[in-house]
Amino acid sequence: MADPAAEPGENGGDIVAEAVACRRGERLVFAGLSCRLAAGGALLLTGPNGSGKSSLLRLLATLLPPEAGRLLWGGVAIAGDPAPYRASLHYVGHLDAIKPALTPRETLTFWAGLRELRVDPARVAAALSALGLDRVADWPCRWLSAGQRKRLALARLVAAPAPVWLLDEPTAGLDRDGEERLVRLIGAHRDAGGRVALATHQALPVPGAQALALGDFAPTAAARAVDF
Amino acid sequence: MGGFIGLIRHDLRVAMRQGGEVGLVVGFFVLAVVLFPFGVGPEPEMLQRIGPGVIWVAALLAVVSSLDRLFAVDYADGGLDLMVLSALPLEAGVIAKCIAHWLTTGLPLTVISPLLAVIVNMRPSDMPLLALSLLIGTPALTLVGAIGGALTLGARRPGVLSALLVLPLYVPPLIFGAGAFAARIGGGGSTAHLLLLGGFSLAAAALAPWAAAAALRDALE
Repeated sequence: MADPAAEPGENGGDIVAEAVACRRGERLVFAGLSCRLAAGGALLLTGPNGSGKSSLLRLLATLLPPEAGRLLWGGVAIAGDPAPYRASLHYVGHLDAIKPALTPRETLTFWAGLRELRVDPARVAAALSALGLDRVADWPCRWLSAGQRKRLALARLVAAPAPVWLLDEPTAGLDRDGEERLVRLIGAHRDAGGRVALATHQALPVPGAQALALGDFAPTAAARAVDF
Repeated sequence: MGGFIGLIRHDLRVAMRQGGEVGLVVGFFVLAVVLFPFGVGPEPEMLQRIGPGVIWVAALLAVVSSLDRLFAVDYADGGLDLMVLSALPLEAGVIAKCIAHWLTTGLPLTVISPLLAVIVNMRPSDMPLLALSLLIGTPALTLVGAIGGALTLGARRPGVLSALLVLPLYVPPLIFGAGAFAARIGGGGSTAHLLLLGGFSLAAAALAPWAAAAALRDALE
């Protein structure tokens, strides 16, 4: 790989999916999908329900092994040694990993502590205010609304910076203010050379995003019927 | 290392705040033992003879009843995904969760056991041995239970299924734990039983984190 953009550097190398396929149970969700996520780039996953947006994000997060094809990071296959790649990514899925008994501040401090040697309380506080959660920072999370829980899940992105963000329906449950904050965060992240892949049904203003319609990679009926 | 300690503290905090997690386990343990005199009759000699076995079986059941707390909550709320992606190796995460689980089940059971020894008419001189056997044996219950808890994630009734998987594996600690008393009554020492019990716990500590972590990875796919 003589591609200069592929060198793993400060922000890691490009993330490339090569002809990946994904199987959930006995169903082939998509096949032959290739994409590249470059520094400062954004990948906007679109497609109807069940077309595999969440599966692709889980696959990019190495939470799901590809049925075929492979993932490269800076020109190197990720499957061999996923640890450094995992350390460089944030995955925010539908489940928010929030314990009702803990406060937002405790939650963020804990998750940041699993990623970093020392957690800076100031950065946790900054993450809480970046998502507008200052007022509820020390309430138990069971008092939070669905939108506030989503904001807390997104605050993890700020509390422990990582160059790759994988966001599954990040606007679900967010109000307009929350959406604007998210758009600002994504913009700042990309300006700093970060990479974002997100699945959304909302028309989020993500300038210069590369759209990926998952429906285009739906396997043909013949391929789907294989292996039955 | 920071993440390891952080995970233990996090789990302890969740267990302490979610009112009565510890109380439930201890309550189950006490009730299970208290039922026996009603079932087998109150003859002191009979109770004294079956006492250690009863307390050990009740301890096994109490631990089994708490296994779903180990991974099921994190599996359901997505925390397990984030643990897999964290800098902490999953095996270390399993060990940290087991330590927190033991501190909120095995340890309180051990502490309360002398009280139950009174209920089943055990001799006061046997109480330190009971507490010691539980102290050595309960870590194995948590560790073996972690494998069952991880294997049954995603099942329809994980609690019952993990009990079915795990209880047969609890037979060795039960034999050595309760057997320590029979050996002492028979005139021999109980040291050999305690050593075997400790050996089982150590073997579980060496193997269970890997087995449980592999099962967790499998469950997430």
